[in-house]
Amino acid sequence: MAKQGSFRDFDWVLLGFVMAISALGVLQIYSATISTKFAEGNIYVKQIEWLIAGMVLMFAISRIDYHIFLEYIHWVYLASIGSLLAVAVIGVRLLGAKRWIRVPGLGLFQPSEWVKIVLIIALARYIASLNQRDVTWPDIFKAGLIAGVPFLLVVKQPDLGTSLTYLPALILGLFLGGINYKQVGVIVLCIALVLPVAWKFGMKQYQKDRLTNFLHPENDPKGTGYQIQQSLIAVGNGGIFGKGVAGGTQTQGMFLPVTHTDFIFAAFAEEHGFVGATAVLLLYFIVLMRLIQNAQTAPDRAGTLIIMGVVAVLVFHIMVNIGMVVGMMPVTGIPLPLMSYGGSSVLFMFLALGIVMNIRMRRFVN
Amino acid sequence: MQFGKEEKVPTSKLLAVQYAILALFLLLAFGLWRLQVMKSDQYQLAAQANRIRTIPILAPRGKILDREGRIIVDNYPSFSALLLREQPQELDAKIPKIANGLHISADEIRVLLRRYASRPKYEPVVIKPDITPDEVAFIEANKSEIPELETIMVHRRLYPKDGFAAHLIGYVGEVSEDDLNRPQFELYNQGDIVGKSGVEQEYNDILIGKNGERRSLVDSHGKEVGRLSHTPAVPGEQLKLTMDLDIQIAAEEALDGYKGAIIAMDPRTGDILAMVSRPTFDPNHFAVRISRDEWNALVTDPGHPLLNKAIQAQLAPGSTFKIIMSVAGWQEKIAQTMNVHCNGGATFYGRRFGCWVKGGHGSVDLTKAIYQSCDVFFYTLAEKLGIERIAHYAQALGLGQKTGIDLPQEATGVMPSEEWKIRNFKQKWFAGETISVGIGQGAVATTPVQLMRAIAAISMDGKMVTPHVVDPIELPKGYVPVRQAPELKNVDIEPEGWNLITDAMSRVLLPEGTAPSAHIPGIDIAGKTGSAQVVSLDTRAKHSNNAAFAQNGWFVGFTPRRTPEIIVVVLFEGGEHGKLAARIATQVVKAYVDKQRRQGIKTAGLEPGKKQFEMAGLWTAPGDAKDADSTERLQGGRFDVKLSPKPPKAAKGVQFAHVPAALAAGVAH
Repeated sequence: MAKQGSFRDFDWVLLGFVMAISALGVLQIYSATISTKFAEGNIYVKQIEWLIAGMVLMFAISRIDYHIFLEYIHWVYLASIGSLLAVAVIGVRLLGAKRWIRVPGLGLFQPSEWVKIVLIIALARYIASLNQRDVTWPDIFKAGLIAGVPFLLVVKQPDLGTSLTYLPALILGLFLGGINYKQVGVIVLCIALVLPVAWKFGMKQYQKDRLTNFLHPENDPKGTGYQIQQSLIAVGNGGIFGKGVAGGTQTQGMFLPVTHTDFIFAAFAEEHGFVGATAVLLLYFIVLMRLIQNAQTAPDRAGTLIIMGVVAVLVFHIMVNIGMVVGMMPVTGIPLPLMSYGGSSVLFMFLALGIVMNIRMRRFVN
Repeated sequence: MQFGKEEKVPTSKLLAVQYAILALFLLLAFGLWRLQVMKSDQYQLAAQANRIRTIPILAPRGKILDREGRIIVDNYPSFSALLLREQPQELDAKIPKIANGLHISADEIRVLLRRYASRPKYEPVVIKPDITPDEVAFIEANKSEIPELETIMVHRRLYPKDGFAAHLIGYVGEVSEDDLNRPQFELYNQGDIVGKSGVEQEYNDILIGKNGERRSLVDSHGKEVGRLSHTPAVPGEQLKLTMDLDIQIAAEEALDGYKGAIIAMDPRTGDILAMVSRPTFDPNHFAVRISRDEWNALVTDPGHPLLNKAIQAQLAPGSTFKIIMSVAGWQEKIAQTMNVHCNGGATFYGRRFGCWVKGGHGSVDLTKAIYQSCDVFFYTLAEKLGIERIAHYAQALGLGQKTGIDLPQEATGVMPSEEWKIRNFKQKWFAGETISVGIGQGAVATTPVQLMRAIAAISMDGKMVTPHVVDPIELPKGYVPVRQAPELKNVDIEPEGWNLITDAMSRVLLPEGTAPSAHIPGIDIAGKTGSAQVVSLDTRAKHSNNAAFAQNGWFVGFTPRRTPEIIVVVLFEGGEHGKLAARIATQVVKAYVDKQRRQGIKTAGLEPGKKQFEMAGLWTAPGDAKDADSTERLQGGRFDVKLSPKPPKAAKGVQFAHVPAALAAGVAH
């Protein structure tokens, strides 16, 4: 059998659902920006361009055997850490955070987005290498180190939201790798002890406010509290069937903040109601289930772990973003995968999908 | 590195992950359910409130007219700058620019915003009233950049200038926060303009209109994107006073430069024809926001310009009280035969009481006692009557009680009695105190309106009226007056006594009386002078008989003697003697008489319903809007209404609407 795998084995079903969500995203970006200053920029067209670029990337990645990635991931990982360090040293400071490097000719580049996928593969390789023996404390410590170094570097930028996306892959990896309940208990206890200290000394007041304002949005009607309040009004205003495309007063009146990126789901929920919003949830659920099925059929443990890493990141994004929109989570500035406008987000998703396809296409290799 | 040799991840763990994801998604679905199904109504309302802006359309207050329909208080349009506070997060940065454009300080705006912080966001704040055309242009030009700024048309009060009739009319101002907490103000909002004193306050419910509103759709930057509804304002109703502008002008001029008060009233009906208090204030300064300095100056002025002395000054009536004494003495059948020898004073209860004429009046009967104002006669009468009988008649004539005039904050005054003394001082009444009450001193304190009403009742042979500045018949249907008119009980005065007393009063202005210099040939005024110490009720105890206080002059007089049509009371603060007050009063009376004579009898009908012939005087009826002379508008605060009509030009003839030209020409010379 050819090592390449063929497009017959490509997961067209998964791609179909992904494209459905992306299409709804484009539609919503169009509707949300129709009456804003972004309308002239036609950013929904840009989003389509990003999606096409993402698809090309996905097909390209799927042609390269993922084992090659696994083979060289430690170098890539080191390069990622290097890029994060570079951000800390020569990074560009925007809006009070140092998250970008200026790449001559290409513009600003945010390494922390790409570290995500590198981290997923690195963790998959490490956990797979443990070969299903009982996970020991040094193993946990090493895995923690792999995720912890970029985590701390990104926290320092500061970008708490992105850094948190590194943790689900670690947690799920350890779970699938065979961590036992006793170890879980000890780790939870440690975190329970460290967290209050970190809260007290490690965090700035505005970060604390952001994390707690969602519980009492009325306390801060000007800042994030205002955003949450407007988001809740938008979602609630949608009712069961929604206000129709471009009919959401919260969205069209620009009461809702950043309707085309972080709060796109609130805009969607306002215009399409409970019916539309739960339908989108269902689409995401199907995508996730399909991914897990692919993980199950993966040719090896590392493949399973990579796909589950993608699942973990995806679930985390969806939970935090939609949770924020419905007032169950704090405002963290994490975009909704596939729907939110933004090149980095789209490219990350399709890069990850390319690797998933790659793994799927090689399921019958052995 | 070799892959694929190791065991696979157990399916059970992947299944566990699937269930965990399902649980999380159900949680999100519940979150959506809670907002979009359970609480949707609430959030839809919030979304509405977010984008609907309500701008009030202010209703103009009703005009205030005199009894002939001439406009005394009008409105003029003015623009105010409104600041909308719905998007506070965007406002901060724009404050300096707004401050610059409207010529106010940024701090002032911030203080104002803080003051309104507890009010609902959709309520706009007036940041600058009465803005200039330049400032209006600034707001209009920056509509897109500063959509929070709006202009609103306000109808401002235009009062006569220089404090003309200021105390009667009163003034308006923003409803105070204290008032807003009272039940009767529950329908008012912060920033509403309400009457603060005088007629403006008393009849606020009639004068105030009903504000309309303009509702429009806005986006999150406050930019208007559509109109929803437009409810026009309902203007306030106009209010016709009983005041006669001509008499008022005469009274204003008569008291000009002095301190005190004048009231003119029709004793038959209680119609107040004029009311003046001096010093006065300019209510126009209250129409926009009054400056703190100006307000403090008004409040601390020793002349109390904000006090309406006509109804709020409580002073000893002095010798004017002798008329009330005369009635009491007559009705108790003591005064008829009383004859006293006055040698400049008399001793009662071991203390000597002097008469104002040091040399004495000689033999004095009631008539002479009135026109000569003999103190000894009334000391004696007071001793004979005793305080209880004096108090009985004085109270029957309304002294020591509010008259119930339809103006806010009328003072009560004091009419002492044994019971009053015990109640207020826990002391028995001393008979000696009765003696000074006999000449209107001692504890007696009346307001000008109270004193006038008592004398008016005597002039009308005992008929009591409630003074009013608005005829109750003219009030709109369904209007509930602020105060109920008190029940009236007429006072019995024997006609013979009435004749004698009023005849004696008419001699006051004759050469033998106390105020001959006030006499005006051809006008028969019956009146009484008085002078009394300048000590208000509060300071009475401390400053008793302090010579440093100049005496107040009083005069109350009416005409004609038997069928009175007008009664005038004058309080001349520091006027020393009643004859000066009398001169002021007669000017007012003269203005009335002159006007009556000019107008004469206007119509004479043979039978009701049949054609009527106009006979003489002014041809148009008073209040006829077509009459240019009598309906002179007080625009800009002018009040020089012409008292005499233009002499008709013989060549052209006079344009009279429904009178044959021949008849008109016949009387034109």
